[in-house]
Amino acid sequence: MSLTATQVEAIPEKKNYLNHDHTIWSWLSTGDHKRIAIMYLFTVSIFFFMGSIMAGLIRLQLISPNSTLLEAETYNKVFSAHGIIMVFFFLLVVIPAILGNFLLPIMIGARDLAFPRLNLLSYYLYLAAGVLFLTGQCFGGVDTGWTFYTPYSSMYSNSQVALTITAVFIAGFSSIFTGLNFIATVHKMRAPGMTWFRLPLFVWAMYATSIVIMLGTPVVAITLMMVVVERTTHIGIFSPDLGGDPVLFEHLFWFYSHPAVYIMILPAFGVQSELICAFSRRRIFGYHFVAFSTLAIALLGFFVWGHHMFVSGQSMYQGVIFSLITFLIAVPSAIKIFNWMATMYKGHIRLQTPMIYAISFMGLFVIGGLTGLFLASMGTDIHLTATYFVVAHFHYVMVGGTVTAFLGGLHYWWPKMFGRLYPETLAKYTAIIVFVGFNVTFFPQFILGFLGMPRRYAYYYYYPELQPYHIMSSLGASVLAIGLLLPVLYLTWSLKYGPKASDSPWGAHGLEWQTQSPPIPQNFETRPIVTDDVYDYSDDENEVYDQPDVKQKPTPAGAH
Amino acid sequence: MATNIQEAALEVHDDHHHGPLKHQYEDIDQQNETYIVGMWSFLVTEVMFFGALFLGYVLMRWEYSNDFYISHFQTEVFWGGLNTTVLLSSSFSMALAVHFAQLKEPKKVIAGLCVTLLGAFCFLGVKSHEYLVKIADHHVPGPSFIPPAGTTHNGSQMFFSLYFMMTGLHGIHVIIGAICITTLIILWAKRKPVVTEDYVPTEMVGLYWHFVDLVWIFLFPLFYLIPK
Repeated sequence: MSLTATQVEAIPEKKNYLNHDHTIWSWLSTGDHKRIAIMYLFTVSIFFFMGSIMAGLIRLQLISPNSTLLEAETYNKVFSAHGIIMVFFFLLVVIPAILGNFLLPIMIGARDLAFPRLNLLSYYLYLAAGVLFLTGQCFGGVDTGWTFYTPYSSMYSNSQVALTITAVFIAGFSSIFTGLNFIATVHKMRAPGMTWFRLPLFVWAMYATSIVIMLGTPVVAITLMMVVVERTTHIGIFSPDLGGDPVLFEHLFWFYSHPAVYIMILPAFGVQSELICAFSRRRIFGYHFVAFSTLAIALLGFFVWGHHMFVSGQSMYQGVIFSLITFLIAVPSAIKIFNWMATMYKGHIRLQTPMIYAISFMGLFVIGGLTGLFLASMGTDIHLTATYFVVAHFHYVMVGGTVTAFLGGLHYWWPKMFGRLYPETLAKYTAIIVFVGFNVTFFPQFILGFLGMPRRYAYYYYYPELQPYHIMSSLGASVLAIGLLLPVLYLTWSLKYGPKASDSPWGAHGLEWQTQSPPIPQNFETRPIVTDDVYDYSDDENEVYDQPDVKQKPTPAGAH
Repeated sequence: MATNIQEAALEVHDDHHHGPLKHQYEDIDQQNETYIVGMWSFLVTEVMFFGALFLGYVLMRWEYSNDFYISHFQTEVFWGGLNTTVLLSSSFSMALAVHFAQLKEPKKVIAGLCVTLLGAFCFLGVKSHEYLVKIADHHVPGPSFIPPAGTTHNGSQMFFSLYFMMTGLHGIHVIIGAICITTLIILWAKRKPVVTEDYVPTEMVGLYWHFVDLVWIFLFPLFYLIPK
């Protein structure tokens, strides 16, 4: 790609998107996708912290079979808050809104997203939704779980359902606008030479995610709005009292909320493809397969929602079909895993922090995915429905998948975002702490679920033999907490004291590494023209990047 | 090389301040194509937004077909038909406005938009009248609901629930459309370059208005013309 020649001079304190204007207003009114990404990073981290506190309370409660730390009603509110924060305010936004916002325009060689003001609007909608949700928490919280099942949510619950659902509705629109922005950007803003099959797989993942967001989110938005309308005005279609059908809610809800797990995991796949290629220094094995498997997952994801409802009274034949399609969706996911492994095979693997996250992603996601098959087959699902097996399964996919990939991606692109390197050794150990802590937390939950521990219970005094597993899980949660707290500390530290990174500290391929670190406001000095293939590592077999490349002293132009 | 870069940067800067071209685009064609892609994508989400309600309608009509048939006599075909005519005409005037926007004839554009806006208000007026009649007849679901003679309580209540939700959501879209059209009229009246030099903003509002019209084309038979 054409820019390397103009980008070699490393002039200190060069103008970039962070320092070209310092006022608070320049941040709050910015249209710059990079600044919006940083604002998201900050806000999403706060929500993640709150959601983690809730998780900590849950784990503390369950240490003892008849714990009195939280009352049963409070416990319901705590796990609901945990679920709602983590799903709607963390997982759905974390990779698209932070890494996607920051990288998508740079990766395709554009100056910004297609609609910068819409992008800012979607940030403020997200913020408003968050504030509204927290207001609901202050007025007593919500006890329906993140699924808001009717008729409990629409008729019986005495908590802040209307406020919370309105918050989720607004957050949904924030996500729709982000998806719309990405689709228009990928379609129309690519640099000359950036053909569809030269797009980095992260961009493919963002594109597929956006399609899912655009098709799914409106459905859940109107469904949740119906719950609010039914609750407040008695005009509705879910409440049996009005002649409605509560199972219809489950259908509509899962029509979105199953694809929503692909909104959470597809971006993680995208990050994963980038990390594996960059640290194996090989072109991805089967680029087209990985790209199209992303689209296949996005498409098939819309036809599997019934597997959440095997015991909700849907017909057996519906169940069989949903079960079959669910098995089918394992195929494109497996294609990705095999292709990543094939990429690593005979690659020049460098075990730097992002790669450690990428490898642990593969292990955790395989466990999460395979246990999904137990839940996809109806016979075993009857036994496992609404137990900790389900909890463990989706935490393996969501936390082991999305959070791990996000941390990997954050470490990988951190030098690009802020121009600084973090302490590599500490970061490596942290990645291992996260991996260990995560497994100790959630693996016992598979056993708990198989033994019959139901999810969403505040106690288990009737089955005290489960206590050792719960204690182990809570122990793991403490380790995981340390692993998640450490990056906050050392990444913040690195903003001021970290060594300055070069423009391409990993020697990785891609347009984002050919611009300055941190990038200038319009991303590139001139419009890049893409002439070489994606992940083209063929010509740099001899370059060694065992350590992240730090910024050199200023050298005369052209010396590189 | 360095001077080239500066010139390119200046060029971008220049466009940003004088024409309707936004800084992130290379040229006006790219900008317009992107706007159109964005608008159509948005309409896709709108289809899905209404889609959930249509699915609910299908299931409920299947379950309570007789109640739906009897209840639908409570909606008056005259008013529904009038509103259909009004919306179709307003779509036509909107199409004319877009056509004249392409020809850059501001007066005709404003005329077309004003007729469209008038249609929107006319539609909302008729709709409010219909709502008031139903409120007076106790056909609003809830504790005060009285089912029409010959229907079950649940079935007819469901019919009116769907009626209010779907026409209500459509009504909100008409109001949003009216706001957009009003904004557009003001921009044209002030001869702002954002609309006069580029027909795409007008076309986008037009697309939205046609969508609103289209939804009503489906709602009208579903609530006013149920066959036996």
